[in-house]
Amino acid sequence: MVAKRVRMSDDFPNTTLPKPLESSTAVWHAPEEDDDTQWTTVIEPHDPWYKIDLAGLWQYRDLILLLVKRDFVAIYKQTVLGPLWFFLTPLFTTVVFTIVFGRIARIPTDGIPPFLFYLSGTVCWGYFSGCLLETSNTFVSNAHILGKVYFPRLAIPIGVVISHGLKFSIQFILFLCFFGYFYVIGASVSPNLWALALPLVVIQMAVLGLAGGILVSSMTTKYRDLSHLVSFGIQLWMYATPVVYPLSQIPDQYRNWYALNPMAAIVELFRLGFTGTSALEPVHMITSVVVTVALFAWGLVMFSRVERTFMDTV
Amino acid sequence: MGIVIKIENVWKQYRLGVIGHQYLKHDVQSWWARVRGKEDPNTPVDLGNNGNGSNRTMWALRDLTLAIQEGEVLGIIGKNGAGKSTLLKVISRVTAPTSGRIKIKGRVTSLLEVGTGFHPELTGRENVFLNGAILGMRVNEVKRKFDEIVDFSGLEPFIDTPVKRYSSGMYVRLAFAVAAHLDSDILILDEVLAVGDAAFQTKSKQKMRGVTGQGRTVLFVSHNMPAISSICSRAILLRRGEVCVDGTPERTIEQYLAEAEEREVPLVDLRDHPNRAEGSIPFFESIELRPGGKLNAGLLVGDSLELRIRFRAAYRFSNMKIAFNIEDHFGGIVARLSPLLRQPELCLHAPKSGEFICVIPSLNLTPGRYNITLDAVDRDNRANSKDLIERACSFEMKDASVLDLPYIPKVGTIFLDSTWDVSSLDGKEESSAPGS
Repeated sequence: MVAKRVRMSDDFPNTTLPKPLESSTAVWHAPEEDDDTQWTTVIEPHDPWYKIDLAGLWQYRDLILLLVKRDFVAIYKQTVLGPLWFFLTPLFTTVVFTIVFGRIARIPTDGIPPFLFYLSGTVCWGYFSGCLLETSNTFVSNAHILGKVYFPRLAIPIGVVISHGLKFSIQFILFLCFFGYFYVIGASVSPNLWALALPLVVIQMAVLGLAGGILVSSMTTKYRDLSHLVSFGIQLWMYATPVVYPLSQIPDQYRNWYALNPMAAIVELFRLGFTGTSALEPVHMITSVVVTVALFAWGLVMFSRVERTFMDTV
Repeated sequence: MGIVIKIENVWKQYRLGVIGHQYLKHDVQSWWARVRGKEDPNTPVDLGNNGNGSNRTMWALRDLTLAIQEGEVLGIIGKNGAGKSTLLKVISRVTAPTSGRIKIKGRVTSLLEVGTGFHPELTGRENVFLNGAILGMRVNEVKRKFDEIVDFSGLEPFIDTPVKRYSSGMYVRLAFAVAAHLDSDILILDEVLAVGDAAFQTKSKQKMRGVTGQGRTVLFVSHNMPAISSICSRAILLRRGEVCVDGTPERTIEQYLAEAEEREVPLVDLRDHPNRAEGSIPFFESIELRPGGKLNAGLLVGDSLELRIRFRAAYRFSNMKIAFNIEDHFGGIVARLSPLLRQPELCLHAPKSGEFICVIPSLNLTPGRYNITLDAVDRDNRANSKDLIERACSFEMKDASVLDLPYIPKVGTIFLDSTWDVSSLDGKEESSAPGS
């Protein structure tokens, strides 16, 4: 026994360590002064619901950027066509929509060239649904990382929204090319000052996608079947949004209700800015922003409630 | 030296089995039943336990209170399920405690695993940055240490190759290299030393010792007792979520080993073994040790030993690799045995359930306690067949031998019998040089 010890310590030469303090015992006796300000971190079972660790997120901004880079590089490396896919998906979808909804079903497009009409809808919808779908999987698909390391959990959905934002900007360039083409050949498109609202539109889409995604992801930790519902629900949601038909097709008396879908005003505003035709009214835009902010706040609260213990349930 | 981690009355509860109802349908059902004033159809029927389903929860940490001083290297030991990993997870904020409070002074990095977040498609270089960021390093910090990290890993020629082309050894070397260069006040480690080949392990241990020498506070969970006793300045033993020994590593390890040696039964039922690794699919059913000599006399040095390992597979396998390790009670592997060496055909077409019989003709281990770790994997279906039981059973080598010997040396792990002779060099010394 003793001899074995000798052999073992030979494995670890030059052990020069401070010997343990005999005073350290299992029971910790509170010292007289217990100044809470000296601690950098205090871990408690529950944080107040409104506490969102913005400072922590800022500290981990490099991680967010690297996650974005990872998503991009991984997509680029895994496929033969690489970044070409960013162009191909909206193009094919638009072609199919133009044939099915434009040629066969003959749904009017407010006088906008059908191809451009569907392309604008597809690009916007693609960004929103991409954000929503991917962030809604935050906990489940990153369980292997989240279960081993702590970092502000919001970093992952934010990274997703940014990388989809980059994808969106590539697709937006595609849209601009076609837009320029139609403009030059003299189709009925008239870009106007509303186009300046584009950055706000994009930010609202990002926030909305993030809101929906974190809301779903915090609920999927409890209800697994919700994730199936999401991919299906998002298809249905598209038909409740003016992607394949214009807002003007909705009967007047229902439009205010219809505008409760925050994506409706977003897609229409995008079109309005570039083509100058839309049945959009200010009340629709205000509704959309209010709903978005409300969803985002709800999402943040739900997310901060589950982020600290979700590892026990996944 | 001040206190840098203060753990106050921390409890952590896990629910076993299903959390909530998992399905929205059931929650709606329960809600609808409540609305109508009917009995909830989803109430668990376990009235034997006060009807509140309390048997479905488990306390991984019970009222744990602990203070860790700055610069202390604290070893945490205990059987599987004692709450070691839970404690580390709670301190590193991976999961929140159920009640209680933990106060920490300084920056914490936790290494509960090496290579967290490595992406197979990314190159070594890209993964170093990503992994560093996940562990809380800023990009500039990684940049500054990049050369050092690559140098430590010894992977310079492959640093721009995607890590999916790496061997598993290279992979962990790179991952450990990143981890080893973390700057933090408090470092939390869970069994990460056991990576790479022997040379790399030595390097890692040296690095570890360097780290602990810098006055950093380290929390270290391991089953590797030599590592605990050489690195740590204090050790605690956890038992069912409570600290039951707290003191010098020597004292704590002694207590732990004494506890681990309590059971010895010739036939061990393995079906609900507490040491079965997470994610295993039960394959082993029981193990029986039959010493060659008289049963009650125990195992003598040089005795034969017959092991009967009963198994039941979930499906008819075609390439099941089974093996076991004999380990000394410090966790060091003494030998690895498998039918693959002499009768590989046994692994190819064995029955769905049955018994492997292994005979060791002469077990030449020095007196003491040894453990057996069993593992099995279907090499044609790795994902669905892995079973691993650490320290599934133990046996004692008696301080006596079947050979006609006055005593057995108690040093070392194996006893090698040897014959000796001496020849005389007297009278030859003038003709040949001494020592030639």
